[in-house]
Order: sequence, then structure tokens, then C-alpha cells
Amino acid sequence: MKVGIVGYGSYIPKYRIKVEEIARVWGKDPEPIKKSLMVYEKSVPGPDEDTATISVEAGKNALKRADIDPRDIGALYIGSESHPYAVKPTSTIVAEALGITPDLTCADLEFACKAGTAGIQICMGLVGSGMVKYGMAIGADTAQGAPGDALEYTAAAGGACYIIGSKKKEIIGEINGTYSFTTDTPDFWRREGRPYPKHGGRFTGEPAYFRHVISAAKGLMERMGTTPRDYDYCVFHQPNGKFYIRVAKYLGFKEEQYRDGLLTPYLGNTYSGAVPLGLSNILDRGKEGDRILAVSYGSGAGSDAFDITLTERIEEVKDRAPKTMDLLNRKEYIDYSIYLKYRQGIKM
Amino acid sequence: MVVRSWRHIKERYCLIGSRCKTCGRIFFPSRNICPYCRRRGELEEYKLSGRGKVYTYSVVHVPPKEFERMVPYVIAIVELEEGPRITAQIDCKPEEVYIGMPVEVVFRRIKEDGEDGIIHYGYKFKPVNY
Repeated sequence: MKVGIVGYGSYIPKYRIKVEEIARVWGKDPEPIKKSLMVYEKSVPGPDEDTATISVEAGKNALKRADIDPRDIGALYIGSESHPYAVKPTSTIVAEALGITPDLTCADLEFACKAGTAGIQICMGLVGSGMVKYGMAIGADTAQGAPGDALEYTAAAGGACYIIGSKKKEIIGEINGTYSFTTDTPDFWRREGRPYPKHGGRFTGEPAYFRHVISAAKGLMERMGTTPRDYDYCVFHQPNGKFYIRVAKYLGFKEEQYRDGLLTPYLGNTYSGAVPLGLSNILDRGKEGDRILAVSYGSGAGSDAFDITLTERIEEVKDRAPKTMDLLNRKEYIDYSIYLKYRQGIKM
Repeated sequence: MVVRSWRHIKERYCLIGSRCKTCGRIFFPSRNICPYCRRRGELEEYKLSGRGKVYTYSVVHVPPKEFERMVPYVIAIVELEEGPRITAQIDCKPEEVYIGMPVEVVFRRIKEDGEDGIIHYGYKFKPVNY
């Protein structure tokens, strides 16, 4: 059975902090940081926002585009590494708020930055096997880096939601195939009870991000019998702008193919939200027949690759909800003290 | 607090009120009896659109303990499209709010019962098209 995307929606909190402001506090020169990361500012969740609220807002936008009865959704998966509770699902909160309860199965997923795309794959299986009519997968995070750590310049907040279905006339993006590449590679982790993650520094590069993204992309293209020339767009996980462009160029993609998927320079790394958000910006701009290669990456480590072809219905649905670029351009800058207050960095 | 919050999930998460099938009036929070039709009234669940406008507002500078991180913030009475007026926080700067401002509902954290307690979610409003 053919399965595909029948609705998508995104959400980005309005607050932003600039790299200059973080660098000022830690006595660093911002220019080399901006140059090496290709990140200039990042989104910050408000004091009343978390992965559950971001997921609900993204979900509402996806439902507006899909125009389906939420009660027909039989499965909901939320991928995040910043679930509000250590024990108690985010997905039940989101399912209740979106009017999907009680006839569904749901669970929270965690796989560093790729749990959102893992949710899409699970929904593809459930929809494809006929177990559920529609599946909803959300990738969202309010990621935190330790104060002063390199991650603090990029760890951001946002998310996007995808509704997977199988009715031909409802599909806006047919998923032609998916392939994952997974190994045990400890490049980034957070132990139970610890507030901030740790990472392997340069080890997060070649053996981790590049090996997995490249292997998943090549693995999928081999299975589909395609080359980069067959795609109109591509999007990769984007912990920073530099890794993204390097992997895109290495695989043989040109700027016009990878440009629209890259949001990190003005958004930061939204972890599980990163590829879902980059893909949503491509869907906002795409047209019938456009073919997309999307490859996520989650530390620990694995990559999920997807081959998607847009249908004529994309034109009909894209204006039903706010576009990702509109959400990205809606912003209010804050300084480091307000950032700390919002991120619970000040003990009260 | 857990049970008190859980009982209100439908109205706080989804703005579900009630509608009297006899007179058509809509209530939020929901009622068990229509105060106009009394015994002749018959109430059913009704989902409000979440769109409305600011009927009046106040800016809070001295908040309850759970809201200290948000000061100053706007609390308004929002008149919903369907008629009911409800009290809620507006996600905008105090200088941006005005009476009659079109607003729409958003899902947010309201407060939490300390570091190890339940997180309470519910509705707030934001200016339309922002």
C-alpha cells in the first residue's frame, strides 16, 4: 500500500538570542563562532512553552492542512529529547489537546535528534499495514546546552508535525521509500538525572554525523536507483550550518537543492524538530512532481532517509496554516539574563 | 491538585464548553443546567473556535508566586466569537494590547506544582496573525 504525508504543520517560539549576546557573557569573540558554526541566532522557548506546547501548535497546523477528523488518527508518536516529564508521556497531553483521544495508541520516542523521523517511519508501518487510518508523528524539542558549552550557541526550540495516510486523493507527498543506517556510536549523551548533555567534541563529526548521514543517503539512493540529480530538494540534519552544507556538497547536491531545507543559521538546532522543520519549509515552497531527499541524524547514532514526491494537492493545502518561514521571521530578541530566566537558569 | 486539574482537561486543553439545544446559548465553562431554559433545557458538549477579541484587560506587575518569571504580563477578559467571555493571559507585550484586539487561542503551560509535581497546561491567547 502506498503511504504518504496528508498534512504537515510547524511551530517555532518567537524569542531569539544572538550568538553575539551569548559570546559577550562568556568573554568570547563571536565572529569565529559564527563563522565556524554558520549559526547567527537561535530560537528560545517562552517560559510557558515546552515540547508538549510546541507539539500541540504544530499538530494544530498539520490538522488544518490535512482537513481530517482528528478522531480518525489511530497512532501518535512524539520524538524529543526534552520531554517535559521524565516519566509520564508527552503524547497523551498532545493527543488530548488535539482532540484525538481516546481511540489511539501513542508513545514518546527518544533518539537524540532523529526521534521525529523515527515516528514517521512507525506511522508509515501502521498505516501501510492497515492497522490505523492515519498516524501522526511529531519531532519537537526545547534543547539545552550547558552554560558556556559550544552547544549553548545552537541548542534551540521548535517542532513540526506530519500526518501519514494512505488515501491517494489526500496525499500531498508520497513517500517512495525509507532507509535507516544505525550503529552504536556514543557521540552525544545525557545520563539520567543530569540537566545537560555531554558530547564527544570533534568525535561528533566524521564517525558520527557524516558517516551516518552519508550512509543513509547513499543507501536510500542505491535502493531507489537514484542519484542527486533526480531530486529537486534535499534536507539533512543540521546541528549547525557548516555540517549541513559539507554533507550536501559531499553527496553531490547543489545550492539550489539544499538551500531551502537549511534553517539553522537563523533558528539554531531544534534537535528532533530539525529535519521535520527543514522539510516543512520545502513543502511550503514545493510544487507537484518535486522530489525530495530528507535525511535525519540522531546521536548515538542513526540516520533515517526518506524519498518523497509531491502531488498536485500540495498547492491546495500549503496556505491553510502559517508557513515555516513566517514563523521564523516572527521574532523578539532577548538578552542573556532574560534567556536564563526563561530557561529556568535562575534559582528562585 | 492532580484530580482538580484532570477534571478540567477538556475545557482547559480544548475549550470545550456546553450548548443548550433548546435556546442555542453557549456556555464556558460548561454548565449542567441551562439557566435560561431550566428544566426544558438540554445541554451538549460544544467546542469553541478559540477566536475572539479583548473585552478588557489588566497588566499584572505583582504576580502570584508561580507567575514571577512572566512579569509584567497581560491578563484579559476575552470575548469569544460564540459569546462567552473568559479570563486568560495574552501572549504579547503590555504596550501592544488594546480593547478590541483580535486574539486566538494557544496551548501553553500555565503553572506547575513545584519541581516534582504535575505540570498544568491550558489556554492562553495571542494576537491574531502573530
